[in-house]
Amino acid sequence: MLECAGFVNNIFVEFTPKQKKEYNEYVEKISPTSRKGWSLFRAFLIGGLICAIGQAFALLFGWIFPSYDKETIGALVSCALILIASILTGFGVFDKIGNFAGGGSIVPITGFSNSLTSAAMEFRKEGIIFGTCANMFRIAGPVVVVGAAISILVGLGYFLGGLVNLW
Amino acid sequence: MEIFMDFLLAFAVGGFICMLGQLLILITKWTSARILVSFVCLGALLQVVGLFKILKEFSPFGVSVPITGFGAGLAEGAIKAVKEDGFFGIFSGGFTAVAAGLAVAITSAFIVALIFKSHSK
Repeated sequence: MLECAGFVNNIFVEFTPKQKKEYNEYVEKISPTSRKGWSLFRAFLIGGLICAIGQAFALLFGWIFPSYDKETIGALVSCALILIASILTGFGVFDKIGNFAGGGSIVPITGFSNSLTSAAMEFRKEGIIFGTCANMFRIAGPVVVVGAAISILVGLGYFLGGLVNLW
Repeated sequence: MEIFMDFLLAFAVGGFICMLGQLLILITKWTSARILVSFVCLGALLQVVGLFKILKEFSPFGVSVPITGFGAGLAEGAIKAVKEDGFFGIFSGGFTAVAAGLAVAITSAFIVALIFKSHSK
């Protein structure tokens, strides 16, 4: 539900039900609700495509490095996608893909890479060390922090479980 | 034919996860940092309860290319390291598993930032 009171010219006013209804209708009219389904489809399309490209890289790396196991190939695929996303961000292409795809380009590992690179570029003007290096993790930082905490938590849980012969 | 199925599954599963992300954005209006964090947590959780392995069997790149794969890799690495190294594995396992991806991401971001100018303005 929308707010039924608010500030107008710094004066707190309560809206009448009629005004409230009109406001709701106005918001309903200008917000592109019909495009929500379309944005879901776009996220599906681009996200799926990125994963399919990952699959293609897996085939390629499997052919180049036949001795590597599945896990290593998987890690290499991630590296390749990360590198490509980073370069595309540099060229400004990834922003355009991102505008189109929304969550479709954020959720794959490419989104992580994009957030790192765009922050690194954004702060380049403040210098290499104090700009780029210091601010690179502005957006992606939480992922690394939470990731570290989770991995230690899981490791600790598994270790303690092993101590009491849980598994 | 099997290769074609792999592609189709990666597309469908990966697309579905991204669609969930978009749905989350639409509902909560979260920024990308929060989306990334929640999907990392989701991936780790799925890994811990064993669901991720089943999904990965079904479509390896459909589930591990999305950032859920990062979370799952962290959790899996931690468990694997504890199995192998015991106590020390608690601390070393997670980042060992994702070391390559992180190193490439950081280095490429650094080099790209040195070469290209910001497009944001």
